[in-house]
Amino acid sequence: MKKLINDVGSVVADTLRGVAAAHPSLRVDVENRIIFRRDAPRPGKVGLVSGGGSGHEPLHGGYVGYGMLDAACPGEIFTSPVPDQIATATTGVDGGAGVLHIVKNYTGDVLNFEMAAELSGDEGVEVARVLVDDDVAVRDSLYTAGRRGTGATLFVEKIAGALAESGAPLAEVARVGREVNDRSRSFGVALTPCTTPAAGTPTFELGDAEIELGIGIHGEPGRTRAAHREAREIVRLAMDAIDDDLPLSGETLVMVNGMGGTPLMELYIVFAEVAAYLEEKGATAVRSLVGDYVTSLDMQGFSVTTCALTGDLTRLWDAPVETPALRWGR
Amino acid sequence: MDTRFFVTWMEEITAAVRAARDHLTRLDAAIGDADHGTNLDRGFSAVAEALAARPPATPGGALVLAGSTLIRKVGGASGPLYGTAFREAGKTLGETPEVSTAELAAALEAGLAGVRRLGGAEEGDKTMVDALAPAVRALARAVHEGGTAGEALDAAAAAAEDGAKATIPLQARKGRASYLGPRSIGHEDPGAASTALILDALRTVGSR
Repeated sequence: MKKLINDVGSVVADTLRGVAAAHPSLRVDVENRIIFRRDAPRPGKVGLVSGGGSGHEPLHGGYVGYGMLDAACPGEIFTSPVPDQIATATTGVDGGAGVLHIVKNYTGDVLNFEMAAELSGDEGVEVARVLVDDDVAVRDSLYTAGRRGTGATLFVEKIAGALAESGAPLAEVARVGREVNDRSRSFGVALTPCTTPAAGTPTFELGDAEIELGIGIHGEPGRTRAAHREAREIVRLAMDAIDDDLPLSGETLVMVNGMGGTPLMELYIVFAEVAAYLEEKGATAVRSLVGDYVTSLDMQGFSVTTCALTGDLTRLWDAPVETPALRWGR
Repeated sequence: MDTRFFVTWMEEITAAVRAARDHLTRLDAAIGDADHGTNLDRGFSAVAEALAARPPATPGGALVLAGSTLIRKVGGASGPLYGTAFREAGKTLGETPEVSTAELAAALEAGLAGVRRLGGAEEGDKTMVDALAPAVRALARAVHEGGTAGEALDAAAAAAEDGAKATIPLQARKGRASYLGPRSIGHEDPGAASTALILDALRTVGSR
C-alpha cells in the first residue's frame, strides 16, 4: 500500500485539517468531526445535514455551502458517523425551521441517523429525513437491506438545498428530496477494487481481464463479475440495468462519476456512450456532471446516475450553489 | 457474578477483539466493507477507557456504560447493535450487585430482543443474531437443567461458535452482505464471528 497519509489512525482528522485550511467558507469542528457552513445556523432557513463514511470525497463535506448542505458528518472510512456527532451537527444548523437529514440507505447510516434524530428531537429540533436508495444493482426485496444510496445523494443535496435556500418549509424541502430520489437511478462498475488504509490490501480480488458489475461505494464486491470489454458495451450493461428499472425518457440530469482512480478522459469516453444510449431511448442529457463526485477511495471505475427532470427540478438544479466541489451561478 | 466479573468480561473482550481484529476485518472484506475488526477494536478500547475512568457500581451499570460507549464511538451498524445489546442487558440487571446465571440468561435475552428490534434480523439472515440467539437458548437451557455457572457459560459459548460457523452456507438477507445476493454464500458472517468472540470471552472469565 502506498498512500499519502501520516498515520492510519489519523486519516479522517488529517483530512478535516486540510479541509479547514483550504476552505475559509467552512467552519470545521475537528474534535466532533463536523464540517459546518461558516454562517450556520441561518435563522428561518431549513438546515440540511448529511453524512456517512469517509472515503467518498468530495461527498459530503465538499457539498457544504450556499445552496446545498449546512453541515456534513464524516465517519471513519466507510463507516457511518455516530449519533452524538450527527445530533451536534443537527442542533448546530437549526435556525428554527427544522433540519433535514439526507441519509444513504445502509443499515449503519439509518440506525445512527435515527438515534441522532431522537436526540435532536429531545433538544426541540424538528427533524425530517430523506432516505436515498438509487442503486439498481441491489434488488429491493425482503432478502436484502434494500437498495443502496449512491450517486443520487448529490442530486438530492443540491436540489433540496436550493429549495431550502429559497426559504421553503421543512415538509416541502423533504418532499422535493424524496421526489429527486424517486426519479433517480444509479449503476456502478469497477475495474479495480479499492484499498482502505486500515486494511492495507485491496477489498476484493479482480483479475486483469475482469470487471465487477453493480458495485456500491464501499469497496464491497458487486453482484456479478464479467469479462472486461469495450467502454461502449460496459456502458450498455449499466444503462440497460437503469432503463429496465425506470425507463429513460425526456430531459435527464446525468452524472458520470469517477470512483476515485479513473482518468477524466475515460469518464468522458463513458459519457459519450451514455449520451448516445439516451438518444436511442428518446431521452436527452440536458444537464450533466462528469468527474469525481461520489468516490470509493482509489477504486478505478465509474457510476452513472440519471434523474428524470421536471421544470421545477431543473430550475432548482440551476439555482446558485457555492461549495468546495460544486459551484455555479453566484 | 459481581461488578468486577463484568468489568473483567469487557476487558477480556477488548483483548480478544484486538487479537482478532485483522481476522474480523478479512471476514468483512469478503462480504462487506472491510472495517468490522477496526471498528470493534476502536469501540472496545473506548469501553475499557470508559470503565477505567468511571468505575461502575453494579454489573448492570458496567454493561450500560459499555453499551453507551459503543453507540457513541463505533458507528456503522455494529455500534448501535452491540451498544443496544449491552444496554438492554444492563438495564435488565437493574441495581443488583450479584448476578445469578438465571439473571444473566434473562439479561442476554433482553439484549437479543434489542438487537432484533433495531436490526430487524431473524435467525438464518446471516447476522450476529445467528450466534447470539443459540447462545441465549443454550444458556437458558443450562440454567433450567441446573448446571454450574461454568457449564452454562461453556454451553453458551459453544452454541455461539456453532451458530457463527453455521452462517457460512447461508445467503445474507440483512446488512451489507445482502447486496451480494448468492455471492455471500460460503463466507462466515463477521458479526456472528464477533458475537462468538464476545461469548467466548464470557466463558474465559467464568472459568477463572
